[in-house]
Amino acid sequence: MSEIAIQGRARILGDDINTDYIISSRRKRDSLDPEVLRAYLLESLDPDFAASVKPGDLLVAGKNFGCGSAMEVAATVVIGAGIHAVLAKSFSRTYFRNAINNGLLPVICDTDQIAEGDTLSIHLNTEFNVRNESKNQELTADPLSPVVRSIVMAGGLVPCFREHGGFPAL
Amino acid sequence: MSQTPSKTLGKTIAEKILSAKSGADARAGDVVVCTLDHLMATDGSMPMTIDYFERMGAEEITNPERIVVALDHYSPAPNRQTATLHDQIREFCGPRNITVYKVGDGIGHQLALETGRALPGSLIIGADSHTVTCGGLNAFATGVGSSDLAAAMISGKIWLRVPETIHVELKGALTDRVHTKDVALALVGKLRADGAAYQALEFDGPAVKSMTVDDRALLANLSVEMGAKCGIFPSDEVTTSYLEERTAESGDPTGADSDAVYSRMVTLDLSGIAPQIAMPHRVDNVVPITDVDEVPIHMVYIGTCAGGRTSDLHEALEILRTGSGIASGTQAIFTPASRSILKDVSSDGSLAEFIGMGGIVQTAGCGSCCGTCGAIPGDGVNVISTANRNFKGRMGNANASIYLASPASCAAAALSGRITDPRDVT
Ligand code: SF4
Repeated sequence: MSEIAIQGRARILGDDINTDYIISSRRKRDSLDPEVLRAYLLESLDPDFAASVKPGDLLVAGKNFGCGSAMEVAATVVIGAGIHAVLAKSFSRTYFRNAINNGLLPVICDTDQIAEGDTLSIHLNTEFNVRNESKNQELTADPLSPVVRSIVMAGGLVPCFREHGGFPAL
Repeated sequence: MSQTPSKTLGKTIAEKILSAKSGADARAGDVVVCTLDHLMATDGSMPMTIDYFERMGAEEITNPERIVVALDHYSPAPNRQTATLHDQIREFCGPRNITVYKVGDGIGHQLALETGRALPGSLIIGADSHTVTCGGLNAFATGVGSSDLAAAMISGKIWLRVPETIHVELKGALTDRVHTKDVALALVGKLRADGAAYQALEFDGPAVKSMTVDDRALLANLSVEMGAKCGIFPSDEVTTSYLEERTAESGDPTGADSDAVYSRMVTLDLSGIAPQIAMPHRVDNVVPITDVDEVPIHMVYIGTCAGGRTSDLHEALEILRTGSGIASGTQAIFTPASRSILKDVSSDGSLAEFIGMGGIVQTAGCGSCCGTCGAIPGDGVNVISTANRNFKGRMGNANASIYLASPASCAAAALSGRITDPRDVT
C-alpha cells in the first residue's frame, strides 16, 4: 500500500478516554470477537453510543486517548465498529501502538475546531493531509516516524510480519 | 551554544538501558530495536497474542525461557469462556516451553519481582500496562498490546522510541499514617493523567534509600497513570538484598550519569504530604483526605498490583486493630497480589486476624480490580480501594463509585463506614 484515503463523519469524544471506557474489561470475559464487542463500544460513557455508530464514522477526541489498560480489544473493537481512524490531540503510547499494529490510523492533530457530524478526510502517502470538509479547513497532523509509517503502510503488524518475516528494516 | 543536548552529555537510566539493549547510542527521541530480557503476558492478553502469533505465520519462538504467562485476571475463572481461555493458553505454551503460572500464583507483575525475572538494568515488556511495576527493581519495564508481544515472541526484540525522562526527587520522611500510596497519588495529582506521556519517570533523592521494594514497586506501578512509558528506581542495597533472597542473578545495576539531560525536574517533600484520595472517576482527581465531606463507604478493597502486598495488609491491620471491628454495612476484602504474599500473611497471623474481624479473602490475583473476577460492587455502592484505577465501571459496575487511597485510609473507612482520615483514628 502506498496511500491511505479515508473519509467519514466525526464523532466527538472528550479528553482522557481510557480503554475501559472504549470497551469494559468485564466484556472480555465473554468474547474477544470485535463483531460481538462492538455492541458495547464506549458503553460506560454512553450506553447509546454503539447503536449510533455508522461504518465509516471517525472518532475525534481530545488529549490522551486510550489511556489506562493496554488491552488490544480497545483497538480491535473500534475497527470492528467500522471505524478506520481516530483523531486526537494525543494518544497514550500503548493505544497508539495497538492502533498502528491493527491498521487503525491514529491521527495526532488539533481537534478543537471539529464538531459532531463534520465530514473529515484523511490522506496519507509520504505526508498526512487532513481536512475538515464541512468547515473547509486544513488540519496539521503530526508526521509518523519511519518505522510506524512502514507498519501502517503494510496494513498493520500481521501483514508486516507476513511480508517481511519481522519488523520492517529500520 | 546550541540548546540541543550534545552527544557527549550523560544519559538517564532509560537511555543507558536502551543503549545496552540495542547496541546503539540511544538518546531521547531515537527509535531503537532492543533485545528483550523478559516477556510477560496475562490471561487477559495472551489469547489475543496467540491469535496474532498464528496470523503472523511464524513457527519459532525466540528464547521461550524468557516468556511467562500469569493466569491472574481470571483467578479463578469466573465462567466457562475464561476457563476455556486458560486451557488454550496451557495448550499453546506447554509444547513451546513457555512458563504458565498456576491460577492463584498471583499477578504477573508481582511474580516478576518475586521470581527474580525483574533484574536491575533488564528490559522487560508485558502485555499489560502495569508492567511498569518492575521499575521498582531498576528494570526498564513497559506495557504493550498483544500484537507487539506476539511480534516480540517471534523476534525476541521490540522497537522502542527512547523516552525523555522526568527526574522525580523524593526527599524528607513520611509522617505518621501517611503511606507511599499517598506519595504516588500526590504525584499523579501534580502531573495529571498525561503529564508523563511517552516519558520515563526516574525516581531519585534521599528518601529513596529508606523505601522498600514494595514502596518502589507501588510508585513505579502508578507511573503509567501519568502516561509514563516506565518508572525506574536506582539500584542500591535495598535492591540487592531483595534479590539475594530470591535469585542468584544480580542483573546489571544501572544509574544515571550526573550530567544526564532531563525534560523536567519534580521534587516531592514527603514530610509535607497528607493522606490523599483520588475521587471518582479519575486517578488524577486527587485531593487531601481532609477535603472530603461525609462519604459513606460500602466496600473496602485491599488488593491489586498497587496495593495487595504484605505491607499493605499490615498497614491496614494497624488501623483496624484500634477499632471495635469493621462497620456493619461495610464489607472489607483482601486479595493478595501473590501466593507467596498469601503464605506470608498466613504464617504471620495477619490473615487470621483480618478474617476474625469479619474480612473477606479472595484468591491471589487481580481479584476485583477490573471486574473480571471476584466481588463486584452493587449499584450506588461507594468503594475505597488500594488499586491504581477508579474509572467508571472499572470494578465491573458503572453505577458504583471508586475512591483510591492508602491501606491506612481504607482501613479507617472500614472502621467508620465512611471516608476517614487515618490520623483521626485513635
Ligand atoms: S491487579 Fe488490576 S491493575 Fe494490576 S494487573 Fe491486575 S487488573 Fe491490572
